[in-house]
Parts: sequence; C-alpha cells; structure tokens
Amino acid sequence: MVEAHQLEKRFGDFVAVDKVDFTIARGESFGFLGPNGAGKTSTMRMISCISPISGGTLRVLGQDPVTDGPAIRARMGLVPQEDSLDLDLTVLDNLMIYGRYFDMPRKLIRQRADQLLEFAQLTDRAHDRVDPLSGGMKRRLTIARALISDPDLLILDEPTTGLDPQARHLLWDRLYRLKLQGVTLVITTHYMDEAEQLCDRLVVMDKGRFAAEGSPRQLIEEHATKEVVELRFQPGQHEALAEKLADLVDRHEVLPDRILLYTDDGDAALAEVHGRGLSPQSTLVRRSTLEDVFLRLTGRTLVD
Amino acid sequence: MSTTDVTATLFEHGEVVPARRMATPMWLRAAGYWGYQYKRTWKSSIATSFLIPILYLAAMGIALGSLIDKHSHGVGGVSYLAYLAPGLLAGTSMQIGTNDMMYPVLGAIKWMRTYLAMLAGPLSVYDVLIGHLAWVATRIAIVVSIYLAVMAAFGTIFSFWAILALPVAVLTGMAFGAPMAAFAATLDKDSGFSTLYRFVIIPLFLFSGIFFPISQLPLVLQVVAYISPLFHGVSLCRDLTLGTVHPWPDLGHAAYLCLWVGVGYAVGRHTFAKRLVV
Repeated sequence: MVEAHQLEKRFGDFVAVDKVDFTIARGESFGFLGPNGAGKTSTMRMISCISPISGGTLRVLGQDPVTDGPAIRARMGLVPQEDSLDLDLTVLDNLMIYGRYFDMPRKLIRQRADQLLEFAQLTDRAHDRVDPLSGGMKRRLTIARALISDPDLLILDEPTTGLDPQARHLLWDRLYRLKLQGVTLVITTHYMDEAEQLCDRLVVMDKGRFAAEGSPRQLIEEHATKEVVELRFQPGQHEALAEKLADLVDRHEVLPDRILLYTDDGDAALAEVHGRGLSPQSTLVRRSTLEDVFLRLTGRTLVD
Repeated sequence: MSTTDVTATLFEHGEVVPARRMATPMWLRAAGYWGYQYKRTWKSSIATSFLIPILYLAAMGIALGSLIDKHSHGVGGVSYLAYLAPGLLAGTSMQIGTNDMMYPVLGAIKWMRTYLAMLAGPLSVYDVLIGHLAWVATRIAIVVSIYLAVMAAFGTIFSFWAILALPVAVLTGMAFGAPMAAFAATLDKDSGFSTLYRFVIIPLFLFSGIFFPISQLPLVLQVVAYISPLFHGVSLCRDLTLGTVHPWPDLGHAAYLCLWVGVGYAVGRHTFAKRLVV
C-alpha cells in the first residue's frame, strides 16, 4: 500500500525525516511511534499526499504522490492531528459535506452516514451541532468522516491524544473493528499502550530516523528484558544509588522519579536489592513494555 | 502493487449506488461547501449585505437627494438618487468581496480548518482557492441582482445596458476579493483586518466617486481613487445604469478591474500553496 525509499523531509536546514525506508502491506496496521518532533507527523503528511517529499521516493496505493496526489487522496481516509470539523454544522451535515468532496451521490452518503454514525456511536447526536460535543465524540466523528468514502487506507495522526481513558478505549475498540474488517491502518502515536493495542508492526522514530522496527512483541524481546524492577527512593538519591545497583543487572535506567532494573528475573533482582540493605520507598516488578524499548532506544522518556 | 485489488468494503454489500453521472469539477465541490454553509447564515447576511445599501439609498438618495436636487438640479443632469444608486451598488460589491475573503479565509486555514478538510480529500489547493472565489462571486451576484431590482423599483435605471452592471459589480467585488484572499492566506492573526477595513476600505467607500464626483477631491486623493479598483467599478456601473456608455473609457475600466482580479488570483495561488502545502 505504501512504499518509501530513502524518504526525506526538510524544512529549510531542518531535517524532519532523514532518509527512511518502509513498506506497509494491505490489511496491516502500521504504527509510527516517537516523541513529539520525531518526524512522525511529517511522514504521515507525506504519505497522505499533503506535504511534498524533499527527497527519496514514495509510492502510495501504487501511485506517485507528486503527480497523482488527488487520485491517491480520493482512496484514502485522513484523520489529522487536529480536528477540522465544521463546528457550526450538525454531525450529519459534516458527513454530507465531506462526502461531497469525493463527489459521492447524496443518497449514498446518507446511507453510509447512518451506518457510520452507528459505528461511531453518534446516532442520537446526528442532528446536533458539533461544537458542544465532547473531545471523544469529535474524534469519533472525524474518523467516521474519514471513512465515508470507503477508503483503502486509513491514516490516523495521534487519534487519541487529549482524550480521557474511557474515550480512548472506545476509540481503540472501533479502530480494532476496522482492522478486523481488513482496513489498512497507519497510526502515529506517542502512547505506548496505544501502539501495543493497535499495531501489527511499528517503527520507533527519533530525530527523523527509525531507531527500530518490528512487531510490539519482537521489539520488546529484542530491546528489553523479560521483566523490569521499578524502585523509588527519596528524591535526589537515585543517581548515587543506581551506581550501587549497576552490577546487579545487565542494564539499568535512571529516571527523574525512579530507577529501572532490566532483568529476566525481577523477583530475584528485588531480593538482592533488599539483600544489599537498600530499602526503596516503593517497588514494582512488571513485564517489559514498549515504553522500556523506547527508553532503551532513545535514552529518554517520552515528553510531550 | 495493482490498484485494482478487490478490497473488503466497510459497508453493507448491496448498497444502492445511484448511476454515475458526470464527475463534478473539483473546484465546484469546494464551492459547494460554502453554499451549504450559506444556507444556514443567509438570513443574517441579508441584513448586512442588502438592507444597509437600501437604507443608504433611502436616507441619502431620497432624503438628502431631494435637498441636492432642489438646489443644484442633481449631479451632472440626473437626480442625486440616480447618481448615487449605481455607486452604492459597486461599493456594496466591494464590501462583500472584501469581507467574505477576510475572516472566512483565515478561519478556513486556522480556526475551522475547512481548507485542510478539503485538502484531505481529492481537492487540490487551487481547487480550494477557485472554489472559494467562485462562491463569493456567486454571493455577490445574488445580492447585486436583488439590488438592481430595487434600483429599478426606485426608477434609477435608464437603459438596457444596466444588465451588464451585474457582471461589472461582481467584477468590482472580486477585484477586492481575490487580492484580499491572497493577503489573508499570509496572515497569522486577524488583527490586521479591522485596521485594513478602517483605513483602506471605508475611506475608499467614501472617496471613490460613490457620493460625489472625485473631481471635488484634492489631486492626491484623486490619484489614490484612480489607482483603486472601486472608482472604476463605480464609474462603469453608473455609465451602464444611466445609459451614458462611453465605449473606450468604459472598456478601460473593465480591463482594469479584470487586471486586479487576475493579479489577485495569481498571487493567491502562490500564497495559498505556500500556506497550505508544506
């Protein structure tokens, strides 16, 4: 569906995307993970044929974005980072208007709108103005709108940023259903749990490059240990204490608020910590997540 | 990868898809959005774009006009009302063209992001621009048509040439609208709009020969009036409704209006692309 080779995006001297290669297959759910400013959105905007590429080659849906941008966009659904809904119009009108951009007959738009409103759980708000809707509802409407043309490829730029947990879970459920229906999804996110839930395959982006690529499970296996021990001490002591623990495990990480020990046997490592006479204020032994992969690869926590 | 792969559809099979008619031009789809919007707001916009010039006509044309006509037998041989009405027609067009290309353009870029929604579909940035210009031209045409009918009712139309005042008034509006759209697409804040309105649009409205001949003005202001498109729109509309057509000067006025539309459009293509395609 998407093939990029040595893809580049520059703004003046600033390199936003630095010669990356990737392919996205039909029916796949592909994620771009990374902190803000990593180049995720720039990559997405190039895939969605909104932003011209600065170098390399890019094929989307078998066509060239430079010459066939409108034709590609006609087969694509785009959920931008910031909603572009018409706040003064009703929920249904927003779908009607959007369908008209694709030159769909009104009757067809209407039929699909009914199904999509059902899907987005907005049926009872169909005739309400968009403005007073909650963030989650607006986001679901934006997704419904992107689906009105029955796209082959759905692009979602940070679909759940800024939503409360309930709204996020509802959205994930809807996106998961789309995935089961065979829609190809391309997602950017800076939420690890989102990437783990939704992506078959993902790349971790940092400073315009790919730091790693694979399925969430593969990435965890390759770049993190089985388990992680989290230790929390008095603030300010972490650096000094970390040195005493360094030989205990293969790798450790000092965060502002805690120390992470990477090990295949968390309970044993924790017992050893206590055995050395250290008494952390709180401890946690857990399985590794993508967040640990991220820390490993970029050497820092995700910052917004 | 083939583009003709069969993909699963999200929607129920057996959707009733009406037979394809000819594809709608892209720019027309963009214009369609603004038309859809207008259906919701036309009542309030009638007040500003239509009622106000009618009030002007009544107050200045009839009330003040009767005084002027009594003392100096009209302006250039016609009643003040007949002199004023075509000027107000052009002036109203200018105001609509300017207004509709100020906040709506910046809003469609920054606040409502309507343009961005259009660009997520198959429309290009030029379709977006042309569609918006086409809509505003249509809106001016609607207002101007009603206005010309009112002028006829007031007995201020003296010639069949007046039919051409419709396209000329639209041209006058777009001579402001097109450059305004090009300018609005470069802005980050809307604070420039009120300044522009107060110090450019209102003075032009007052000093471009709508209310009195520009020969009454000091030379400097005459030159300013001559450079702006409004004076040319006013003169041309007046010649057409009064039936005092002077072929060469009038063609000159029309050409000058076209020049402003053309330059505005050309610059707009550039500023829109620069703002929206990054």
